[in-house]
Amino acid sequence: MEKQAPKSLQMNPRSGVLDWIRSGEPMVWANGAAVSVSIVAVVGLLVLLAVRGFGHFWPSDVMLAEVVYQGQSRPVSGELVESKQASGEQLRGAGIELIGEGPFYRRDLVKQGNRDFLGSDFVWIVYEQLQNITYPEDLMVVERLEWGNLYARLVAVSRDGEEQTLQSLGDEALWALFQQYLDDTLQIREQISSIEHDDIGSINYDMEQLRLKERRLELEGQNTPARLADIAAERAELEADYEVLQGQLAALYQEIERSRYKVTLADGSERELPLAKVVRADRPNAMSTLDKLGHYFEKLGEFLTAEPREANTEGGVYPAIFGTVMMVLLMSVMVTPFGVVAAVYLREYARQGVVTRTIRVAVSNLAGVPSIVYGVFGLGFFVYFLGGEIDALFFPECLPRPTFGTPGLMWASLTLALLTLPVVIVSTEEGLARIPRAVREGSLALGATRAETLWRVVLPMASPAMMTGLILAVARAAGEVAPLMLVGVVKLAPSLPLDGNYPYIHLDQKFMHLGFHIYDVGFQSPNVEAARPLVYATALLLVVIIAVLNFTAVALRNRLRERYKALDA
Amino acid sequence: MQTHSIDMDAIQRSPSDMTEATELALKVDSLNLFYGGDTQALFDVNLDIPKQRVTAFIGPSGCGKSSLLRCFNRMNDLVDGCRVDGSILLEGEDVYGSKVDVPALRRRIGMVSQKPNPFPKSIYENVAYGLRIQGINKKRILDEVVEKSLKAAALWDEVKDRLNDSALGLSGGQQQRLVIARTIAVEPEVVLLDEPASALDPISTLKIEELIYELKSRYTIVIVTHNMQQAARVSDMTAFMYMGKLIEFDNTDTLFTNPSQKQTEDYITGRYG
Repeated sequence: MEKQAPKSLQMNPRSGVLDWIRSGEPMVWANGAAVSVSIVAVVGLLVLLAVRGFGHFWPSDVMLAEVVYQGQSRPVSGELVESKQASGEQLRGAGIELIGEGPFYRRDLVKQGNRDFLGSDFVWIVYEQLQNITYPEDLMVVERLEWGNLYARLVAVSRDGEEQTLQSLGDEALWALFQQYLDDTLQIREQISSIEHDDIGSINYDMEQLRLKERRLELEGQNTPARLADIAAERAELEADYEVLQGQLAALYQEIERSRYKVTLADGSERELPLAKVVRADRPNAMSTLDKLGHYFEKLGEFLTAEPREANTEGGVYPAIFGTVMMVLLMSVMVTPFGVVAAVYLREYARQGVVTRTIRVAVSNLAGVPSIVYGVFGLGFFVYFLGGEIDALFFPECLPRPTFGTPGLMWASLTLALLTLPVVIVSTEEGLARIPRAVREGSLALGATRAETLWRVVLPMASPAMMTGLILAVARAAGEVAPLMLVGVVKLAPSLPLDGNYPYIHLDQKFMHLGFHIYDVGFQSPNVEAARPLVYATALLLVVIIAVLNFTAVALRNRLRERYKALDA
Repeated sequence: MQTHSIDMDAIQRSPSDMTEATELALKVDSLNLFYGGDTQALFDVNLDIPKQRVTAFIGPSGCGKSSLLRCFNRMNDLVDGCRVDGSILLEGEDVYGSKVDVPALRRRIGMVSQKPNPFPKSIYENVAYGLRIQGINKKRILDEVVEKSLKAAALWDEVKDRLNDSALGLSGGQQQRLVIARTIAVEPEVVLLDEPASALDPISTLKIEELIYELKSRYTIVIVTHNMQQAARVSDMTAFMYMGKLIEFDNTDTLFTNPSQKQTEDYITGRYG
């Protein structure tokens, strides 16, 4: 064997692996693998969220079956939610007698609804116990304001005690009549909600303002009888308005209580229920695919635009969407000027020395502080200290009830602004550093001062970098939950922080947030099974909203970049 | 072939006799420039720059010619730890005086740097920039000045239809002429050119040189160049600098044909540098 490699262009066959490593090919494969894993993870996550979350709104068929167990049979109706395989051992251990061969048995989670009659609306049933499964077309699903879904057969509807039964009308006509009464009910409910929210809400607001005015006068020692009489007169006027509205409301409530409906449950028992509590009624087994699609988008629309019901397990998440977006926008408005000014000082004005370098390192380190620490700081400094001072100075009439001395939208936005400040500072500084010296000198050589150069040339050119900072800030802020729990987010706040009452934007209000909503629905809900799909759907929605906010910022940045592309000739 | 036409033009257009006493634009008096604590860039420079003439600084890289140029409009102020001794008189006034309004000084002494540095704005806004920072925002005045300056910089015909396009879309030579237009839009007395053609192709260089001829009837021009042919072509007076010292300053013709210093002769005959 010769020891020296032959002089040839061919690869030395003996060191194939080494050559392969030296060629860099393994690195390419490793990079490719890392990228694939990332893509699979992201896409997989989104698909999981979409399937689990948005499948929930599809109207699945409602089955009617008998559960036969130990020779006894009881009827059950409901939707099949999911199936799982369980080992026989496990089931026997739970005291369930099994008939089949095993070793694995299918268990179905059935949403049987009717919580007011059955106690729980989800039940696990071993599949072998289910018999005589049918999907009758006249089985209906009634979505209600209370007690969750009702699965039953319609037998009669009545208005003012005049009952129309299945026998007298026939199924089709009865169903049509039911839908007609339901439409009336929904209309009345809309009127009621409009009066309660808008009209009475604004009267309450005015009353509160009057009370505060009176208190203010009292505090200032200017509560002369004449002024108090004015206030009393205004109050009397508002109270008169209120009485009128109360009258209207009472009439509407009477009107809405007129209609009732009667159903038979799966076990054959008959129940009469008020139509006033019904949100929607369908017969999914009789629906065509197109009908189901329509129903699906209706439900999806409700999810996006309605307020939550039943401890957040039903209805929509609109207040949470609104709160999230509002908070992120406010945060952006607060963090950008702060961050840019700080970066401009550090890069343009401060003398580059040990102190500046230390500050820079400190700023970068701030980005690594756990967010809950910011939350605690926000609570202690913003809410209790700043808020308390603001209340004492500007809202003494409201005390002891705090206005700003309590968690709210402004403090949450400010806390997040503080949290994301380092990102904005660092990227703005990088942007400023990248601007060619020649361009600054060009401006200075024309007789511009440093400030003019900064305003007219440097900052516009650094704006893409500021946008990059903002994008990172938004991405971080929109996903934060922990600090928000301390400084302003609550489980339920149906009144939006933006409304028609002066000053229109209520920075002192508490608000809902999608991230916290996920936590609340997923882990604090009394009805876990009902809440689970909403957790997925809300999570996907949060991802989508962050993505939309980010893409908007990215598009904006790209336009700026195009406009101020650097002079790297 | 066009190179010749320049020289012919030059002879026709500048018949001024260099021996004739001319007014001074800038008078440099025992100027010393220090960077940091101990690095000295210029040593006792004395120089009289005549009005409405082209004065060229030549010399090898690092000889201090750009540093000297940047002293005139106090661009060296931007360098941390930079210190200047001696004086530079602009029309008898020391630009390093304690009460000098530096932005006003820079409006009187314009500067064009080596690499074209247009702002990332439209062509129009680039030229109007100097006026806008003086608070002149009347469209009529701006339109007039922009047109006049672009014409003076021989760029008007090329860009008149796309004044609102980004200046960054222009070619290097056009950008450099735009920078010149921007500089003369504020009506300076002196225009400093720091190797204005070094980043350009020969044809753009030619245009810039033609432009310098055009401009010298109205402005005092000081040009730094490492291209001796360029200095010979465009300038009336030439200063040769070496290692931070002014070695020789004379009429361009005299300096190139009959230098009084050995170092100058070595440099222009290509023995070093």
